[in-house]
Amino acid sequence: MSELLRFATAGSVDDGKSTLIGRLLYDSKSIFEDQLESVERVSRERGEDYTNLALLTDGLRAEREQGITIDVAYRYFATPKRKFIIADTPGHVQYTRNMVTGASTADVALILVDARHGVLEQSRRHAFLSSLLGIRHLVVCVNKMDLVEWSQARFEEISREFREFATRLDVHDLTFVPMSALLGDNVVNPGVNMPWYTGRPLLALLEDVHIASDRNLVDPRFPVQYVIRPMQHDHHDYRGFAGTVAGGVFRVGDEVKVLPSGMTTTISSIDTFDGPVEEAFPPMAVTIRLADQVDVSRGDLLCRPHNAPVVAQELDATVCWMSERSALVPGGRYVLKHTTRTTRAMVVDLQYRLDINTLHRDEQADELTLNEIGRIRLRTQQPLFFDEYRRNRTTGSFILIDEVTSTTVAAGMLREPQAKPTVTPASSPNVVWQTGTTGRERRWETLGTTGMTVWLTGLSASGKTAIAGELERLLLDESRNAFLLDAELLRFGLNADLGFSNADRSENTRRIGEVAKLFAEAGTVAIVPVISPYAVDRARVRRLHEEAGLAFVEVFVDTPLEECERRDPKGLYRRARAGEIAGFTGVDDPYEPPTSPELVLRPTNGTPMQQARLILDRLPRPE
Amino acid sequence: MTNSTTGSPGTSRSYELSDLAALEAESIHIIREVAAEFERPVLLFSGGKDSIVMLHLARKAFWPARIPFPVLHVDTGHNFPEVIEYRDRTVAAIGIELVVGHVQHDIDAGRAVEDTGPRASRNRLQTVTLLRSIEEGRYDAVFGGARRDEEKARAKERIFSLRDEFGQWDPKAQRPELWSLYNTRHRRGEHLRVFPLSNWTELDIWRYIATEEIDIPSIYYAHRRPVVQRDGMLIAVTPFISVDDDELAYEEVVRFRTVGDATCTGAVESVAATVWDVIEEVSATRITERGATRADDRISEAGMEDRKKEGYF
Repeated sequence: MSELLRFATAGSVDDGKSTLIGRLLYDSKSIFEDQLESVERVSRERGEDYTNLALLTDGLRAEREQGITIDVAYRYFATPKRKFIIADTPGHVQYTRNMVTGASTADVALILVDARHGVLEQSRRHAFLSSLLGIRHLVVCVNKMDLVEWSQARFEEISREFREFATRLDVHDLTFVPMSALLGDNVVNPGVNMPWYTGRPLLALLEDVHIASDRNLVDPRFPVQYVIRPMQHDHHDYRGFAGTVAGGVFRVGDEVKVLPSGMTTTISSIDTFDGPVEEAFPPMAVTIRLADQVDVSRGDLLCRPHNAPVVAQELDATVCWMSERSALVPGGRYVLKHTTRTTRAMVVDLQYRLDINTLHRDEQADELTLNEIGRIRLRTQQPLFFDEYRRNRTTGSFILIDEVTSTTVAAGMLREPQAKPTVTPASSPNVVWQTGTTGRERRWETLGTTGMTVWLTGLSASGKTAIAGELERLLLDESRNAFLLDAELLRFGLNADLGFSNADRSENTRRIGEVAKLFAEAGTVAIVPVISPYAVDRARVRRLHEEAGLAFVEVFVDTPLEECERRDPKGLYRRARAGEIAGFTGVDDPYEPPTSPELVLRPTNGTPMQQARLILDRLPRPE
Repeated sequence: MTNSTTGSPGTSRSYELSDLAALEAESIHIIREVAAEFERPVLLFSGGKDSIVMLHLARKAFWPARIPFPVLHVDTGHNFPEVIEYRDRTVAAIGIELVVGHVQHDIDAGRAVEDTGPRASRNRLQTVTLLRSIEEGRYDAVFGGARRDEEKARAKERIFSLRDEFGQWDPKAQRPELWSLYNTRHRRGEHLRVFPLSNWTELDIWRYIATEEIDIPSIYYAHRRPVVQRDGMLIAVTPFISVDDDELAYEEVVRFRTVGDATCTGAVESVAATVWDVIEEVSATRITERGATRADDRISEAGMEDRKKEGYF
């Protein structure tokens, strides 16, 4: 059976990395005549002495012009034993993110060392990044042996030095091959120049390295990717959970637990287009059917009742920052994608920045910029179901996405949580999504209720209060405990001492937030329509809820200023424009729109009633 | 592809997957991810072998449900009749909606200007029709059958590749793509091209067609037809090309390695009559698919990169 092996190569042009890949492709007869012809022609035009095999692997025009590889390029070749995917990555420190990307899916890493220069800073860096990304097999290619007179002593010296350094890393399997990529020795064929080398050439090693047991076949993990419900006459009652097995082996008849609900049931069938199978293991893409009607949707995870992943919202992770436009700083908020689950996350703490050349930890660091790696603590809006990256690369990895630019800004590898104990999932996803206290659980369960805060922010006359009133009615219609906290009424009582200065507005928002939190704690859906113009104040209220483990649903009522002014039910805009009211939000005081609300409502969404329904659909539902 | 109970060649007791089974699983994962995270995906379907494999994988991804998105064919009007017949038969058998974007409509409306002369090709004009079709269909994810082994510029393209509101690709602003975590976010008007076959090679495609017993248009297998020699390629004599006075049309036993616009897709001399013959031939061949049979890719060193930036497939 032919098997798939993915390997990453890191190195710069100077190391002969592109030449090595060119040699692998050329000697394994994976290069086509037309490709070779084109390379030969370009080499001739450039006046180079020999056919520059490196030209086979650099793709984009800019790279050809600059003569460097600046992105990850994927190359393919096959031998009768294996199909190979090469992630070809540049080696300089300014391309760390590309190396991390290429390494993320690799089974094996090739580290290039120039025999003349020995183990350099960049060799160490490549080895460190490979081990950080969980690559178990490292092959150190000691290249350009022709330039050190094929010296065995030199090879052994380099091997010794590298081995010493590698003891500090998490490397399972370390191999050294002396070679000349330019002349071909020990790449595909043994060559005649190093009779003292008793090992095998690189390609033979790559064909035989045992990678099947690198996968985690112990801990069953199945992130639900897509729910299959055919809505067709012939499969009327079919309900299957499609996904890719991320760990362990699932068998028909196995008892499984669903996270976050905590429900248990058994696997009734594992389906594929080609017919049912008895068992599924990584990385098979299958569809699992369950014996009982349990609520399962995308982002949920199937595991075994006595072998569940960590469930937590406080996460310790090592991240590589990948954005040149921004930096990672404590307090930063991002979209986080982990398996099939997407949630929001905030950087709580930057513990240290790691010098990837010396492995020195800088605990004074206050930011991570492009290509920097550090340890951070994150808090997520919904809990993640994860394993330590070292145990499982699929359930242990995540990416951070910038909400404004939508670009991927960081790659993260999760670590076993240290300080805080794991949150045990309770029976309902709504309770689970925040850490809870026993008193609350008992209260909510007894009363059959779920508390939370719905925060409607927007300009004056945007329609917040009308929507809030409709939402309260809808919830009461469902016999759910809801209460509209009218900010204007509060100004007559609790907040009677406050005016409209910036400080007083902040304090107004803070107090309303505290009150809402108490209502939520008591099991009520607190509905708060309040302008709350400043982002920092709203963030504080959100934090207040999140720290208490309460759901906070921020709704941005995004009615354009022109429309609000046109409505102007109390004539306030007219008076503000006339200068009778100073510091009026939207006129002469800023409104800072939310960048990441749970929901945005616009007049095009319909009447307040229709808008309220949209909110209702987004709320966590009680059992 | 993967059936451990019946002991098919896909798996073994040591929980290993064959390379094809692993590629298939990766592609299905990608296709499901799109269905889960996008509102209006569409799959580009030309009746060529790569898009046929992609469609086959999509069926597998959602079975027993139907494929939850339509297929789109950008039709230059210069078709091989065998391919159109195949397309219509396949779409009807699967029960999937077919949307056709006609290059002719864009020419008629003056949005695209046709090249003139005997070597005129509508290949480049497809970009106009493709982008118009995407805009009209408000598609936010477009599945393409491109493979990274086809061409140097493709080797660095992501599996989920962002196109701006003009349909253009910026190779400098690609998002990092790690593990199997795909960033699907995009603004209104932007879309993502998604390439589930990125990691497949031409040989993988053929081996898969063989093991899955997938039906493909007959022109992929050896047959006799009139051809002319052009730029070292054999171009089929069809009503869409004019044969120059100094060209000689003659009959030859050929097959096509790719299927595209009939005016610029070259045939190769071949007697490979079955899929296994083709595999043998492809395994032994020393010329890339595009180098052999695509006149349009021979324009310049950076031909494909430029075209992709404009919004080409």
